[in-house]
Amino acid sequence: MAKKECVTKCKGESSMLRNRRGELQIGEPKSPVSTHHESTQDSSKDNRLSEGDDQSSNGTLAQYDHNVYSPNNETQSTVYFLVVVLLSFSTRFYKIKEPPHVCWDETHFGKMGSYYINRTFFFDVHPPLGKMLIGLAGYMTGYDGTYPFLKPGDKYEHHNYWGMRGFCASLGSCLPPFAYLTVLDLSQSSTAALISAAMLVFDTGCITISQYILLDPILMFFIMGSVLCMVKFNLQISRPFSAPWWLWLVLTGVNLSGALGVKFVGLFVILLVGLNTTWDLWRLLGDLDLSLVDFGKHFLSRVFGLIILPLFFYVTIFAVHFVVLNKSGPGDGFFSSAFQSRLIGNNLHNASMPEYLAYGSTITVKNLRIAGGYLHSHWHLYPEGVGAKQQQVTAYLHKDYNNLWLVHRPNDSNGEPDLVRHGDVIRLEHKETTRNLHSHRHEAPLTKKHFQVTGYGINGTGDPNDLWQVEVCGGRKGDLIKVLRSKVRFLHRATGCVLNSSGKTLPKWGWEQVEVTCSPYLKETPNSQWSIEDHINTKLPNISLAVLKPHFIEILLESHIVMIRGNSGLKPKDNEMNSKPWHWPVNYQGLRFSGVNETEYRVYLLGNPVIWWLNLLSLGLYLVMVAAASLALHRGVQLDKRRIERCRVLREGGGLLLLGWLLHYVPFYTMGRILYYHHYFPAMLFSSMLTGITLDTLLQSADLVLDPPYSYWLFKGGKAMLFLTILYSFYLFNPLSYGMRGPLAHDPASTMAGLKWMDSWEF
Amino acid sequence: MSKRNEHTPNQTCLKQRGTMLSSIKLPIVIRAEINLVLVVLTALGVFSRLYGIHFPKAVVFDEVYYGQFVSLYMKRVFFIDESGPPLGHMILAFGAYIGGFDGNFIWNRIGAEYSSNVPVWSLRLIPALAGSLSVPLCYILVVELGYSHLTALGATLLFLMENSLIVQSRFMLLESVLIFFLLLAETMVLFVSYVFGFHSFNVGFTLISKLCSCPRVKYMGLFTYLLLLGLAAVHMWQLIGDRALSNVSSGAADCCLFISSVILVQVLTRFLALVVLPLLLYLGFFYVHLTLLYRSGPHDQMMSSAFQASLEGGLARITQGQPLEMAYGSQVTLRSVSSKPIPCWLHSHKANYPIRYENGRGSSHQQQVTCYPFKDVNNWWIIKDPGRQDLVVSSPPRPVRHGDVVQLLHGMTSRFLNTHDVAAPMSPHAQEVSGYIDFNVSMPAQNLWKVDIANRETEQEVWKTILSEVRLVHVKTSAVLKLSGSALPEWGFRQLEVVGDKIYKGYQPTGVWNVEEHRYGRSQEQKERELELHSPTHIDINRNLTFMAKFLELQWRMLTVKQETSEHKYSSSPLDWITMDTNIAYWLHHTGNAQIHLMGNLVTWSLGNLALMGYLLLFLSYLLRRRRKIEDIPEDTWRQLLLAGVVCAGGWAVNYLPFFMMEKTLFLYHYLPALTFQILLIPVVLEHVHTHVLCTSHRRALHGAVLAGLSSVYLTFWKFSPLTYGHPELSAEQLDSLRWKDSWDVLFRRH
Repeated sequence: MAKKECVTKCKGESSMLRNRRGELQIGEPKSPVSTHHESTQDSSKDNRLSEGDDQSSNGTLAQYDHNVYSPNNETQSTVYFLVVVLLSFSTRFYKIKEPPHVCWDETHFGKMGSYYINRTFFFDVHPPLGKMLIGLAGYMTGYDGTYPFLKPGDKYEHHNYWGMRGFCASLGSCLPPFAYLTVLDLSQSSTAALISAAMLVFDTGCITISQYILLDPILMFFIMGSVLCMVKFNLQISRPFSAPWWLWLVLTGVNLSGALGVKFVGLFVILLVGLNTTWDLWRLLGDLDLSLVDFGKHFLSRVFGLIILPLFFYVTIFAVHFVVLNKSGPGDGFFSSAFQSRLIGNNLHNASMPEYLAYGSTITVKNLRIAGGYLHSHWHLYPEGVGAKQQQVTAYLHKDYNNLWLVHRPNDSNGEPDLVRHGDVIRLEHKETTRNLHSHRHEAPLTKKHFQVTGYGINGTGDPNDLWQVEVCGGRKGDLIKVLRSKVRFLHRATGCVLNSSGKTLPKWGWEQVEVTCSPYLKETPNSQWSIEDHINTKLPNISLAVLKPHFIEILLESHIVMIRGNSGLKPKDNEMNSKPWHWPVNYQGLRFSGVNETEYRVYLLGNPVIWWLNLLSLGLYLVMVAAASLALHRGVQLDKRRIERCRVLREGGGLLLLGWLLHYVPFYTMGRILYYHHYFPAMLFSSMLTGITLDTLLQSADLVLDPPYSYWLFKGGKAMLFLTILYSFYLFNPLSYGMRGPLAHDPASTMAGLKWMDSWEF
Repeated sequence: MSKRNEHTPNQTCLKQRGTMLSSIKLPIVIRAEINLVLVVLTALGVFSRLYGIHFPKAVVFDEVYYGQFVSLYMKRVFFIDESGPPLGHMILAFGAYIGGFDGNFIWNRIGAEYSSNVPVWSLRLIPALAGSLSVPLCYILVVELGYSHLTALGATLLFLMENSLIVQSRFMLLESVLIFFLLLAETMVLFVSYVFGFHSFNVGFTLISKLCSCPRVKYMGLFTYLLLLGLAAVHMWQLIGDRALSNVSSGAADCCLFISSVILVQVLTRFLALVVLPLLLYLGFFYVHLTLLYRSGPHDQMMSSAFQASLEGGLARITQGQPLEMAYGSQVTLRSVSSKPIPCWLHSHKANYPIRYENGRGSSHQQQVTCYPFKDVNNWWIIKDPGRQDLVVSSPPRPVRHGDVVQLLHGMTSRFLNTHDVAAPMSPHAQEVSGYIDFNVSMPAQNLWKVDIANRETEQEVWKTILSEVRLVHVKTSAVLKLSGSALPEWGFRQLEVVGDKIYKGYQPTGVWNVEEHRYGRSQEQKERELELHSPTHIDINRNLTFMAKFLELQWRMLTVKQETSEHKYSSSPLDWITMDTNIAYWLHHTGNAQIHLMGNLVTWSLGNLALMGYLLLFLSYLLRRRRKIEDIPEDTWRQLLLAGVVCAGGWAVNYLPFFMMEKTLFLYHYLPALTFQILLIPVVLEHVHTHVLCTSHRRALHGAVLAGLSSVYLTFWKFSPLTYGHPELSAEQLDSLRWKDSWDVLFRRH
């Protein structure tokens, strides 16, 4: 069987060479001379010879076939490519300025672009590259960062928004050309490439999502870029370590870091490239002509190009992010005290406060786990059935006057401002509500193994359950407690448990703040360690504190944990209609980008249903075809060369694209976070490319049922039909992207009347 | 007591063994020897699992959960349990049936003493038997994998001395049954594939199919089933590639003929045996389940009205004898088809919307219309013909059809169901729905509704009780009467909000209603009518749902029921399981320190982890070296190692990794099936290392290490056995010394 595999593979290679004949005829004399390629070279030569024999024996028919099905001369594919580029840019840039108001998520990403221009620190669940590029594009085109991007529907008026939109659109316009080149390289068929590109060019969904200030066009640009470079790199198989080999390797790496730098969805394409590389290395390892040293070179160069280099770029992106954003802004509270002290305008920047914790001070207490909140309480009780019905105590990530606590002695004697020491028993009174921090033997609301923490008492008088012993981690009895720098634990006197923040988000009744508990497990973890952040005591002298400047790696790690936690915190609300992954491939429901009512200018993000359903159909078709092809090869059915070549394209090229589709689609089923329709678009790109290969192969296989001249007509006719269908469907559905006015589609007077094919579409 | 039971498993085991061995055709001498070892092991298994299972005579941990279902089974009351298909409950209920349990026990508290009518021993018997029979199965499985009998003995001993498996087998819990079936299925697949070979499949595959369906005690079994399917698929693929079986004429390009009939038959047989038969069996269990449970019970409300009507008592009692077709003048209760957030009925009461809401928006100040989750006389509405005044059903009754325009009159307050262009209280984008009151403020009544029957294809055009799913479309604004999903604040008594949705599209269960209770109105006067509304309904029809309809509905509910994700005192995360950082206190004596914990044998767990790592290391190094054509081990050994990996390491992975993606409350006992496979891997790796990696001098050391390992496993088992069997009682100091990890919860009372 192994032998058989080898034969098909060699044939595959040879036919690939054949297809690039124009190129090779010039290149042949200086084809690689390294010894370990001789065998491949030989076999390909053999094959070429036998192919020549075939052609001569079959005479004109074979020649004819060759011209019909692989019209792969350079000029034609160049012309096709130019047409694709032209169409792509013109569809994306048409009406780019419409509507002149904030649409959908522009309110977030536009705002974040402005933050970069204003150098204000903010927090977002996505890595920074996309927003940085948007900010840069805005800056270059004269946007001054003053527009507030408050809510969708706000008019832009005199602000220069088109630069940012144009930037996103130009990246979005690159997708069809990239698809064209990728499919051309995978299948060596310009028809397949053209079908794929047409599917993307005329898809209303792809147009709409490319036209606004969003992360998706940038993300998809990098995803497609990586795939294209990877495919190009694969083509260099016979010329390892040559200049183009290195070029494509490095470019793949750069695109990967770009994809990951925009959204974490980029991980899926990294996985795709990773699997492809593993397969490639596996192949090289099995090549016994290749010495282990050479294999080591291959391995290390890939580690460099696909791991180290992207990692370096990725880290650089963050470095730029932190250097650019140096002013205090809305995202401060998510980060540690040390981090905040870097930001101009933050109260910890060049802070001055009393150095040691003292009785009578007003303080804020911050949890030391990464993205741990401030100890917080407010005028709301725990609901019925959740422990004792006393006041809630939570951890809160934003700066707020409800985070302020007063430090008291157990027996409130207001004397001299004495300093608090390790081992002292204190009482913490919430400044706003005058309740004491309290715990008792009731189950905590979420972490049932822990005890509940509440606010109890009034005006500072409570009961013995309000007493906490302060301990500095690693300290001894009598040690003073340094503001900001000491890691402090609060041990509950009565039950012996330790104040702890579990990191779990409370339900609605707790305002989705973070749970605070008292843990009977005394192991020292960051969850149970706190630091004193603000410290106000008028009776003590303030001294300037040079807070430990955090290391860059620490900041990087911290911001990642904050982002991941933020991402998983985006849970669907109970009564909100949320999108399910199975909705997406069937184009079940789109997203309103702008406008709801009849009077408004409406843009609706929805894929061109003809294209999307064709994609869905092709997926099924592909599986059937590849199963048939694999069975035929596995059973050793005798096939002619052209068909074997098609089987190879179907299995290898198609397999790669199918894998890409699966990797970008299936993981969403396991995600707990809220999902939206536009999450499917990266997968849709792969699906469209797969459709190109599938339909092309299907049309070319027409000669299975018909004799040559008719099968050729069927091929041509099918192709023409396909393109006409795509064009006509675009003609029908283009108002989805380019804006609709007037009555909604269920009204016969509407421009979209009769096009609401599914009841769930909202236009 | 245990003696009586020793007979049955031994005999069945002998028989099983006998048939297998006769087909293997080993010499008779060896057969006798194996039997002896197996008999001893089985006896040990039975003894360790069955010894004193009637103790403690109190509810132990999850018995409180399964017990309620057993009781319901005994009383033939319908229930839904989303944790797994009904086979597991049926097996437990069978134990109760043997013991003659009448189902009269209130399962409400762990640690509650059993009353004398509860046959504790027989309730726990079946899981314990399953647990003890897993012991010889382990042995057979390892032998079937192609390893030596000594290795099999080692695996079985480790399995035998695993405290957590013992604890889990000794109570009325399902894991031991699940593990038993998993092992059985794996053994049978191996037995058939490798002993009989490819060519005889008729006997074998019917056997497999039976067993493959059995992992469906819990849905976790599904993953193992998929693993086995994958294994079968790989074999299939090899079979197809086997050219010796083909009769392809060379050069035949016709794609349709390239598979020979021999292979086709094989493929079909396997498909039947591995896919179709398990599915049929699965359906069969549901059939038995639904046949046995025919009375209405606590979970009725989760099901549709039609389903409820098929149960005896409950809704069936109320609806039995209702008129089927709606007529003008019918008195009805309208239930929302959506059961989210809770099932409820269209309701109104003598309270108006507040003039201004908290956020300053105004309302119509007309009577509130809500959705109310309890049965109430205020849920009654009367269907009125807009063209007539009377509220009684004429004779003959004039049925209401799809497309008819009706008015809905609230029975107790005589207000018309109304909606208008006023924002609803909680969902301002939708219209307010009210009981119309004329305040003379130029706000005319808009109380005409069109009846739109959603399922008229299947259930005809006439509006029927229970069967028809109806949308009420407001004539003037074309808004649809809909449950918004949010609850009203205090002024609306926290009932659910009902709105008119103008941008309603498609089929949303929240916008569809069905008539649950129904009678023909006979009283024209308001006072009489109120009396009539208070009286129960009765007239006559009887209907039945087909089995498939019931099955599909039940299955769908089981899969979509929102599982409680709240944390339990003893719940844990999958990461804690590998190193056993957690335990579960199952039972604590109400005065003393005697207690039972789900706590594994720490030595075995660590050895299991080591074995897994060792296996991966071996596998990877062999794989890479083989790729470079360096063959350290013969091909057969490599195959054997691969197979062991798929069965043991694969079994571990499919029973463990899926938990990372589950959003339900997880406990340590969920890890036990995975642990079983990990235990089997230990001796497998050891034997391989012994035969193929070590040289003679190192083998001695290995023998020593194995002996030391086994004895420390035994010592640990013995040390923790008081916590496994709940006997003898330990002192506080002894208990404290058993707390090997800080994160373990060991409870004790200091005297």
